[in-house]
Amino acid sequence: MRLVFDRPQSLADVQTHYCPGCTHGIIHRLIAEAIDELDVADRTIGVAPVGCAVLAYNYFNLDFQEAAHGRAPAVATGIKRALPDRVVFTYQGDGDLASIGTAEIIHAANRGEAITVVYVNNTVYGMTGGQMAPTTLPGQKTTTSPYGRDTDLAGYPIRVAEMLSTLVAPQYIARVAVNSAPNIQKAKRAIKKAFEIQVNDNGFALVEVLSTCPTNWGLTPEKSLRWLEENMIPYYPLGDFKVPKEVE
Amino acid sequence: MSEKLLMRGNEALGEAALKAGCQLYFAYPITPQSELPEYLSRRMPEIDRVFLQAESEIAAINMVYGAAGAGVRVMTSSSSPGISLKQEGLSYIAGAQLPCVIVNMSRGGPGLGSIQPAQSDYFQATKGGGHGDYHLIVLAPASVQEIVDLTILAFDLADKYRNPVMIMGDGLLGQMMEPVSFPDRSDVVLPEKPWATTGYTGERPKNIIRSLELQPERLEAHNQKLQEKYADMIATQKRSDEYLTDDADIVLIAFGTVARICRSAIDMAREKGIKAGLFRPISLWPFPDESLAKLGDKERTFLTVEMSCGQMIEDVKLALECRRPVHFYGRVGGIVPSPEEVLDKIEQIVAGRCEA
Repeated sequence: MRLVFDRPQSLADVQTHYCPGCTHGIIHRLIAEAIDELDVADRTIGVAPVGCAVLAYNYFNLDFQEAAHGRAPAVATGIKRALPDRVVFTYQGDGDLASIGTAEIIHAANRGEAITVVYVNNTVYGMTGGQMAPTTLPGQKTTTSPYGRDTDLAGYPIRVAEMLSTLVAPQYIARVAVNSAPNIQKAKRAIKKAFEIQVNDNGFALVEVLSTCPTNWGLTPEKSLRWLEENMIPYYPLGDFKVPKEVE
Repeated sequence: MSEKLLMRGNEALGEAALKAGCQLYFAYPITPQSELPEYLSRRMPEIDRVFLQAESEIAAINMVYGAAGAGVRVMTSSSSPGISLKQEGLSYIAGAQLPCVIVNMSRGGPGLGSIQPAQSDYFQATKGGGHGDYHLIVLAPASVQEIVDLTILAFDLADKYRNPVMIMGDGLLGQMMEPVSFPDRSDVVLPEKPWATTGYTGERPKNIIRSLELQPERLEAHNQKLQEKYADMIATQKRSDEYLTDDADIVLIAFGTVARICRSAIDMAREKGIKAGLFRPISLWPFPDESLAKLGDKERTFLTVEMSCGQMIEDVKLALECRRPVHFYGRVGGIVPSPEEVLDKIEQIVAGRCEA
């Protein structure tokens, strides 16, 4: 019998703590596939965030550092500057990256740190029970916006990919979604490209991945995928926001 | 030892760090330590090392975390308000057992305070600062040469214990110029760091740098391991210096800049026939309590002098176990006590005009 589909080498053979229907598992797999295909696992160091992915270090067959909340880009900077020939990536949620860690991500991007950032946006603080995030959509109900996000009170959701693409130094910034098979294929290409940029061009790359949180959204996994498509993608359009010059 | 050079404290510290093998330095500008990043921003590229100005104190300490976890010698520096911002990172670094050196050229507080010298970060440095049960080793130099010696020691101790080490200076010490020489370290072999995240090749288990431990029993065990480490530091890393204590009727206790001022006051007191001496803690943590306690075996009076409202005095009293009277003299707000006012305090105590 011929094996046609297998677990990527870089993905650990363990059960994750993620909720049923959560798309973190898909994104982990895409990262592991990219690392395997580029054959850089033995020189890759991951940086885990605080949030649902805090235990990501258990799910990859890679050396890992766990950062304080929001500080992953600074930790990754320290690793990359210490070991410039290694491949360094951060895996961060929207509370981690777009709220408490905004300074760190903006300045890591602005310095053009040669790191890869996988930014998972599911519009809520998942690990702590579904509180409002900077990415929560207008009117969206969460445990700390029980009447729906009031933009007069809490402002508007931050579009990280667009915001960072105004900077000069970053080489590749894209937004993808993992709500359908075609979109997952596109997400895979973007994540792989974000690693290639680091390996080949020594540049900063960030992929924002629109993700689901069935548990905290109070929806089934299937309805969550539809909610993402109908509500998130209109506000957070998919596509490349910054691409290396030679590809333009 | 090299030839003698005339150097400012902050710059000598930077050069000593390079001699100790510091590969990376991350910092954010703040008075009164900016000569240190300025010096290293010029020196480090010359010898192919990494100087990076961080976007914040918080980013700087987290860059230190990353680099220390990658297995290289790394340092950051700041002054009081900036050190407060680094406390989160210090707690994580201590929890994750990462070796690094942090410099605090401290200034007056609380809040933004002043830019003048102070020692009012003693509690923060020696009693925690960040959350959780942890300790930094805290070294307090009193001269530019001692800045050099203790900075090199700080890197060695950090690696030995996989623990952050703080150099506690003050604005005055950072700014003053004195002749220094640097030890030849060319044949020093730095320790291996098999725990560092350098890439998982399969030749060892994968390395994970972290402080998270969700299982209570495991976190308790981790804390016990840290406490064993701290117990070893307490047993072997206490450092202090004494001046004219043998026959002293009154012993002053002071560290850093204030210790120098106290020496002058002691000399003046001796000229007046008052037998005064100095006990100078060099390690603020672990506090050199046993050496101080020995001085308390004899009937004598003690006077703690600090540029604070009275912080180290608590450790002095604990060391002396209330067996002897402990007086206090402190100036704050960036005011440095003069030898004359310390002498005045000594004379008042000797004349019985002060209650401990």
